[in-house]
Amino acid sequence: MASDQATTPPPPPLPEIQSHDLSQVIVLHPPPVFNYFKDLFSKKFHLLKAWESPLPLHEFLTNHAHSAQAMLCSGTGPSISADIIRLLPSLRLVATTSAGLNHIDLTECRNRGISIANAGEVFSEDVADLAVGLLIDVFRKVSASDRYVRHGLWATKGDYPLGSKLGGKRIGIVGLGSIGFQVAKRLEAFGCNISYNSRKRKDFVSYPFYTNVCELAANSDVLIICCGLTEQTRHMINREVLLALGKEGVIVNIGRGAIIHEKELVQCLVQGEIGGAGLDVFENEPDVPKELFELDNVVLAPHMAVFTTESFKDLCDLMIGNLEAFFSKKPLLSPVMNE
Amino acid sequence: MGSIGVLMLIPMNTYLEQELQKRYNLFKLWTAPQKPQFIKEHANSIRAVVGNAGAGADAELIEALPRLEIVSSFSVGVDKIDLAKCREKGIRVTNTPDVLTEDVADLAIGLMLAVLRRLCESDRYVRSGKWKKGDYKLTTKFSGKTVGIIGLGRIGMAVAKRAEAFNCPICYYSRTEKSDTKYKYYPSVVELASNCQILVVACPLTEETRHIVNREVLNALGPKGVLINIGRGPHVDEPELVSALVEGRLGGAGLDVYEHEPEVPEELFGLENVVLLPHVGSGTVETRKVMADLVLGNLEAHFSNKPLLTPLV
Repeated sequence: MASDQATTPPPPPLPEIQSHDLSQVIVLHPPPVFNYFKDLFSKKFHLLKAWESPLPLHEFLTNHAHSAQAMLCSGTGPSISADIIRLLPSLRLVATTSAGLNHIDLTECRNRGISIANAGEVFSEDVADLAVGLLIDVFRKVSASDRYVRHGLWATKGDYPLGSKLGGKRIGIVGLGSIGFQVAKRLEAFGCNISYNSRKRKDFVSYPFYTNVCELAANSDVLIICCGLTEQTRHMINREVLLALGKEGVIVNIGRGAIIHEKELVQCLVQGEIGGAGLDVFENEPDVPKELFELDNVVLAPHMAVFTTESFKDLCDLMIGNLEAFFSKKPLLSPVMNE
Repeated sequence: MGSIGVLMLIPMNTYLEQELQKRYNLFKLWTAPQKPQFIKEHANSIRAVVGNAGAGADAELIEALPRLEIVSSFSVGVDKIDLAKCREKGIRVTNTPDVLTEDVADLAIGLMLAVLRRLCESDRYVRSGKWKKGDYKLTTKFSGKTVGIIGLGRIGMAVAKRAEAFNCPICYYSRTEKSDTKYKYYPSVVELASNCQILVVACPLTEETRHIVNREVLNALGPKGVLINIGRGPHVDEPELVSALVEGRLGGAGLDVYEHEPEVPEELFGLENVVLLPHVGSGTVETRKVMADLVLGNLEAHFSNKPLLTPLV
């Protein structure tokens, strides 16, 4: 009576979302946001992680990324050069986690009709906050006097030297974009007077506009660098501009290191040609000119203006949103006009 | 003005000292080998005392100076002056309000940014070469955080105005609710601390406000909360503050003042969520000059029988 009872076949497995069902996104080098939120990306997209491959980059791209339509990049890692773009024949979107675009060959993208999405305004507030924080620190010697207290010197050497009042100071903002505007709005509440230099005059503000940065410097007590790095702005802040800013002048840079001629800045600081500096960016990060370590009128930050939990989460949501919009043929959330 | 005796209690400002020396017969108490003797010796000619946040005319000193007519403080806070005794004896008291309001408020915001964004710690990170090994970690955004202010006077309002530019919602505690403000009022400091992320001390130091920030308040502020003290050290129960920070019950602190200046609790030196400043709230070249002129102006007005510029008593 052995019935040839066929064993009931097991139920078919539930279809797993295979990573190859997900849309491909080529990533050359992990953006900083991956240190905290990589899983959010890898759940939704098939990440082609070039940096994890033993293959040289060009080989990896040729062999594995020829159908990748989207790329996720950041300001760190290899530049998105024409060479690299040419190895990605299906590429239609470059999404960068930075606000800056200086690492992307914009001309090549334009010629090939490749869209670009960046961080938009998602961390303008955090960057503006850091600019103001650095400025107050330099003027009021916050980091320097915190060091003084921690070394036990207040009790032994007496009061710390006086700082300089922020109210009434003339602030020259270089680049009145989203970040520059947030900086201006904040400093107005401290009783500062705002002027600016930008590629174009902005109609929505009544701040005095200067056509050239040297003139702005000559009429300012402070310069805050809020513009992007381009061919035109590279080394725009040089000795001439710094001398125009003057011996009591303070410069804050939250843009890109190369906007300032770093050697000339260091020389001016060491020689007392300008009063102080608050720097979040440098020409050759993470290298910082050693001469600056000797100076108490300089505050140094490790390119951290956007490194807050809030901004990173917002950035993650924005990047995922951009990629999802792209793959569903919807408008990008933070497209860059590349004319 | 001849030989009007003025007693300056501690060094506070070179310009002020030089001007007082020029105009009056200046006695510098800190140079005396024996202070009580020095006071006794010159008591009959001393008609004015100049003090500051660190030293004031207490009952003992007032009693020792029978010819004292005016106490002119190089500060806005007068907690070191026995105001009741001055009133009793008809001694005038002046301070330096308004002129330092902006500097103190600027510093309060500077402390908030320095603590939340770890400015001092990351400056150390760069200087020590650690950046070469890796990026600094994520910090906390300041814009949009709720700021709670204890004392909505001149300084408190100036702090509020600045914080608003960062889109921070503002709430406050005061002895009585202010009718002319849109900020949210809480009738107790504990409630205020429970409902804000950054708590700022901006009220005068009196018997009532001593230790106004205590263990209960610190616990209410919590492990994500930050205390900013730009008032007076005794506003905060310092040992409780230290243990709250060391134990992680409080998220961070930006301090410009301490219970026993210039002593600062050493347990705080190793903490990265703390910024420690040596009482520099009004410490700018510009403001100290204006403060000095105000002290000089008040003394001059008094001794020429004119109305005082900034009298308290």
